Amino acid sequence: MAFYRSHVLVCVDPECLAKGAYEIVDALQDELVAQGLIDEIQVLETSRIGKCSEGPEMMVYPEGVHYRGMSVDDIPYLVEEHFLKGRVVERFRQEIKPVVDEELGPLRPKEVRIVLRNCGEIDPNNIEDYLAVDGYQALGKVLTEMTPEQVIEEVTNSGLRGRGGAGFPAGRKWALTRGVEGSPKYMVCNADEGDPGAFMNRRVLEGDPHSVIEGMIIGAYAVGASYGYIYCRAEYPLAVETLNIAIAQAREFGFLGKNILGTDFSFDLEVRVGAGAFVCGEETALMASIMGLRGEPRPRPPFPSVKGVWGKPTNNNNVETYANVPQIILKGASWFASMGTERSKGTKTFTVGGNVVKPGLIEVPMGITLREIIFDVAGGIKDGRNFKAVQTGGPMGGCLVEKHLDLPLDYEALTQAGSMMGSGGLVVMDETSCMVDIARFFMDFTQAESCGKCTPCRVGTRRILEILQKICDGQGAPGDIERLEDLCQEVKQNSLCGLGQGAPTPVISTLQHFRHEYEAHIYEKRCPAKVCKPLIRYEIQPSACTGCTVCARNCPVEAISGERRQVHHIDPATCIRCGICVQVCNFNAIETLS
Amino acid sequence: MSSLISESEIAAAVQAAVEKHGKNHDALIPILSEVNRAFGYVPGEAIREIRKHLYDPANRTYVAEGQLYALASFYDMLSTKPRGRHVIKFCENAPCHVVGGKAIWDTLRQRLNLENGETTPDFKWTLVTTSCIGLCSVGPVILIDDDIYGNLTPEQIPDILERYE
Repeated sequence: MAFYRSHVLVCVDPECLAKGAYEIVDALQDELVAQGLIDEIQVLETSRIGKCSEGPEMMVYPEGVHYRGMSVDDIPYLVEEHFLKGRVVERFRQEIKPVVDEELGPLRPKEVRIVLRNCGEIDPNNIEDYLAVDGYQALGKVLTEMTPEQVIEEVTNSGLRGRGGAGFPAGRKWALTRGVEGSPKYMVCNADEGDPGAFMNRRVLEGDPHSVIEGMIIGAYAVGASYGYIYCRAEYPLAVETLNIAIAQAREFGFLGKNILGTDFSFDLEVRVGAGAFVCGEETALMASIMGLRGEPRPRPPFPSVKGVWGKPTNNNNVETYANVPQIILKGASWFASMGTERSKGTKTFTVGGNVVKPGLIEVPMGITLREIIFDVAGGIKDGRNFKAVQTGGPMGGCLVEKHLDLPLDYEALTQAGSMMGSGGLVVMDETSCMVDIARFFMDFTQAESCGKCTPCRVGTRRILEILQKICDGQGAPGDIERLEDLCQEVKQNSLCGLGQGAPTPVISTLQHFRHEYEAHIYEKRCPAKVCKPLIRYEIQPSACTGCTVCARNCPVEAISGERRQVHHIDPATCIRCGICVQVCNFNAIETLS
Repeated sequence: MSSLISESEIAAAVQAAVEKHGKNHDALIPILSEVNRAFGYVPGEAIREIRKHLYDPANRTYVAEGQLYALASFYDMLSTKPRGRHVIKFCENAPCHVVGGKAIWDTLRQRLNLENGETTPDFKWTLVTTSCIGLCSVGPVILIDDDIYGNLTPEQIPDILERYE
């Protein structure tokens, strides 16, 4: 590798890109050439450095100077001052603060990073960075020292299970695909991460694409596959671009293509970009989409291991599963198996969102409790409120409550509790969330994403949503809860794929733990969390009202009356429950009632 | 807008897409995506043109027009109706919703006088909602064409819209 006296790391996070980060990179390169410094100073692209909202951002090493907010026009001056004259340009200098990455910050308490270890640490667009952190060493070891059977044994012994959510043991899946007669065999990587609020796979693809590619090549050697597809959703353009660069570089370095590392093993792969369909995250729908069809699931068996892409044996794992593989090979199955519970080993990435102090992307060992995740890793509930529920497993998962907080996290524990591991989105809710409204929100999503192939899902989700909407609108009638329960069972039992089978889970779990909230909506026409607009009203407390008129002046429908310095009054018939008066009142005089 | 696209333009775009992605069945979605990118939607003429290109004289097999239309109507990112020069995609999912997404959506709808899926009469803007684009930590988020705007407030919307011709 060439030696440079300085490295400039320019942040190419989506937000900085929107602020012209690529233009800054180009301008830097041009100016370094113009000033004859290009052989001394290297410009690198990196992921988030700091507060991208004020970007573009860059770091200069070894000095460790952090610049922010410069424009292309400032670059010639900056290059001349900093690199030629050795003077820091104070105008753009930022105090070095602990990294403020809203997604993936510095290591938090109780975090262990295996899959995310390189994200933000290396340049994803430069394979040499990955090589410098032992990249492709596992592949070398596999191809020169291990038989495919030994690789499968190692992965099996590690206890690695599918991180897409279902948790099928990866080693067993590889052995199945290997055992099936048929040629060619295919590797598929499911990068169709569609759960709202879940973006851990995006960060891995954008920050460390080679770990996924290396995992796939190792898997291909183990199952005897000759070609692979990474199916990435079109909503992640940067991930697609990063992957394509990484694949081209891997090919150039001989990790992909014919006779990999001089052995007689050959494997190549390509990125397939979706066109916007949530259901394509389901493996049979995904494979249909790869083959140029509508992304509609089909019944299993036959499983993809037997009959997958182009009717051939196909091994399908998700991004996180593959990204774990090189580390397992390098550090050994027992290292990996030393983390986690009896049945679930290693770590799991989660995106924690909702009403917590520190939301974002985390990676924690299996077996950690939800309480530790919410209160230690994510800093607890925001604004001193109380914990109410946590939705795990995305829109097809379930709500868990206080009594579940101390369960050690693993696949079985979550399933037994009435939810699932899913891909790893966690939405934490405090007492201000209405659980009927939450159920309606998730059902609205699954209903819209139902592909329409099978009737229970297509029609059933729509009917469930209608009932939930009716209840939220204050039109719920006796018998609705029982109808919901019936419908949920029908949809769950009779739908073709995981989307339909999982769609009723948010309703079932909220009914189980918050039945009283449903009953309050239906029988008392009351929303206990004071969320459902048709069921709430606002009242001005005479003791607190100073008659300042702020509420009346801000009311969009003139529902508030009262003289200056006199107690005001809200007319419930005119009020549209927008809540503006509550926000603008300086005396907390307006109470929400239900 | 559709009347402004000539048949020869469509033929050229389809030709280029087929040359780039090949004539295999698994090239259908990439070809349709390419056409969609060129015109903002998949015109009916393009579907007929693709069908012509994919005729296999050796096996005498066609791809049915209905099959192509089925694809174009299944995937959210493909449109069978003409769209504006710029497409605004608003993320309507829970993480953006809880950090003020609704106010952004209302501002966009009011400023452009559009509802979800509609296009302005001058074909400048189309407003649609999108599934989660995974930028939840900088929500609320919109995409205009390929440009990302995060941490939005309603006050920023007029300035952002100004930037587009």
